[in-house]
Formats: sequence, C-alpha cells, structure tokens
Amino acid sequence: MLILSILTLCIIVLSILFDYRKTIRGIKKGMKMFINLLPILLLMLALVSIVLFLIPNETMVKYLGEGSGVKGWISAATVGSVALIPGFIAYPLCGILIKSGVAYPVIAVFITTLMMTGFITLPVEAKFFGWRTSIIRNLFSLAAALFIGLIMSLFL
Amino acid sequence: MKELKKYIFPPIFLTFVGLSYIFRFPSGKQIGLNFWMFFKEMILFLPLMFILIGLFDVWVPREKIENHIGSESGWKGTGLVILLATLQAGPLYGAFPFAYILWKKGCSIRNVFIYLGAFSTIKIPMLTFEIGFLGMKFSLLRTLITLPVFILIGYLMKWYLKDKDFEVKQP
Repeated sequence: MLILSILTLCIIVLSILFDYRKTIRGIKKGMKMFINLLPILLLMLALVSIVLFLIPNETMVKYLGEGSGVKGWISAATVGSVALIPGFIAYPLCGILIKSGVAYPVIAVFITTLMMTGFITLPVEAKFFGWRTSIIRNLFSLAAALFIGLIMSLFL
Repeated sequence: MKELKKYIFPPIFLTFVGLSYIFRFPSGKQIGLNFWMFFKEMILFLPLMFILIGLFDVWVPREKIENHIGSESGWKGTGLVILLATLQAGPLYGAFPFAYILWKKGCSIRNVFIYLGAFSTIKIPMLTFEIGFLGMKFSLLRTLITLPVFILIGYLMKWYLKDKDFEVKQP
C-alpha cells in the first residue's frame, strides 16, 4: 500500500513536470471512472459484509472439513465462488483448514474459486464486460477450479 | 429514475449500520465492522489505481500497446500480460479497470482475459503469503497447473466472443 502511494506520487510529479495539462486530464479521467463505479462498489461491499457475517469462519471450517468427498469439493467451490475474502485472511484460513484435516485438492479448489470467480462481484464485472460475458467467464473459471483440484489430487 | 436507484442503496445500508450502533444490535454492528474492513481496503487502494489508469490513458500511445499485446502479438504478448499481472496487487475488482484500459489501448481479447486470470491467481505478493501458509510444494504445483488453465480460458473467451461485437465498457 505504501509502495503504491509512493509510486503514484512519483508518477504524478513526473507527469506534471512533463505536461501539466495532460496530467490534470489523466487524473480527472481516472477519478471520473472511480466516482461512476463507486455506488456499485459500495453495494458490492455491503453484500460481501452481510454474506461474511452470515457465513463466519467457523462455519466455513465446519462445511469444508466434512471429509474430502464430493461434499467437501462442492462446499469448497460454492463458498469460494460466493465469498470475497482478501488474501491476507484467506491464506491463514486455509492454513487452519489444512490443520483441521481438509485435503489439499479441496483447498486448491477453494483458493482458485475464491480468486478467479466472484458471483458477488458480478455487478461490478458486468459494468465493464456486460452480464453475459461476465457470467461465462465466471463459469469457465469455476470449471477451471474444479479441474485444477482434480489435477492436484493426482500429485498430493 | 435509474440514476436515483443507483444511489439509493448505500445510504439505506449505512442507516441500517448506524441504527444498529445506536440500538446496540450486535449483528448489524458486526456487518458494519466487516463493511469497514473492506471499505478501508478499497478506499485507499482504488483512487490511486484510477489515477494511474487515467495517466496511463493520456500518456501511453495506442500503437505501443497494440504492438506488444495486441491480437498479432503471439506468445510474447501473452508472456507480457502475465508478467504485468503478477507484479500487481489487490482484489480482483481492481483488475477490471486495468483490463478496460488495456483493451482500449488495443490489447487483444485473449490477452485481456489471460491478464484477469493471471491477476487473480498468481500475483507475486500473494504467492509469498501462500507459500508461508500452505507450503512451497502446494503453491508451486498450484501455480504450474493454473498457468496453462487460464491461458486456455483466454482462448475460450476469444472463441466465444469472436463474432459477438465484444467491447470493454468504460464505467
């Protein structure tokens, strides 16, 4: 975060030195996009915080921990696709899951869906790519996650 | 009317959280705390990113991007977008605006989706985290298996969108 702030600041200064007007135009453009996206982002974050409240970590551990059978895979894919958990929470959580006996391939499915598919972020994604394309991308990613888990189970 | 609908939900939500605090409703407070956690992450990170995107837009000429990662760029272009994506950080919804600007500057459809795949699964800052909690073997294996899979998704998306008039819209 700090690195990004410093980087941004340096780039702004550099850009101003080269062309003040162009810089202002660029910043305005970026900010306009941000403001336009803000309402839907807030909506998404509100949904995420409600979902995270309804499914706390303990519940996730319980569901994913139910053996490594089909049930474990399905819950991993479902929770992973719906939830939006930042990496700094997700990885420690996965560490706990492993310790409580969840199989590695199930973790792989969980992590991959968590990162690649986001059904809650769909409204935001659709703003850029349109609904159809976004849904297709998410479905492809979901299939990919299951496939990745399957291959992982051959090795681990 | 549509404009109004767009802006009406956040105030309702915030009122709900506010009332939960006043009336000591614990569930509402917890939801509020969750929201604050995500909001902090977003409000610090996204404005900076959008400034960078805006500057990228005014400074970087289209031909440059098109030559390197456009539809004629082949494997070198794919390698470049993957490299670009792995060096970034942040949640997936932060990648969409960047995908938009890449597309606007002539990045091919395939590479846009490969970029999203790489961004979401093999960011280097996140990998260090993953290795720490899940071990080298798991992380390495997952990365190696995931890499060809999201490249395939790039091709699949290109194939799916080939006569669909696809565009990445400006929000």
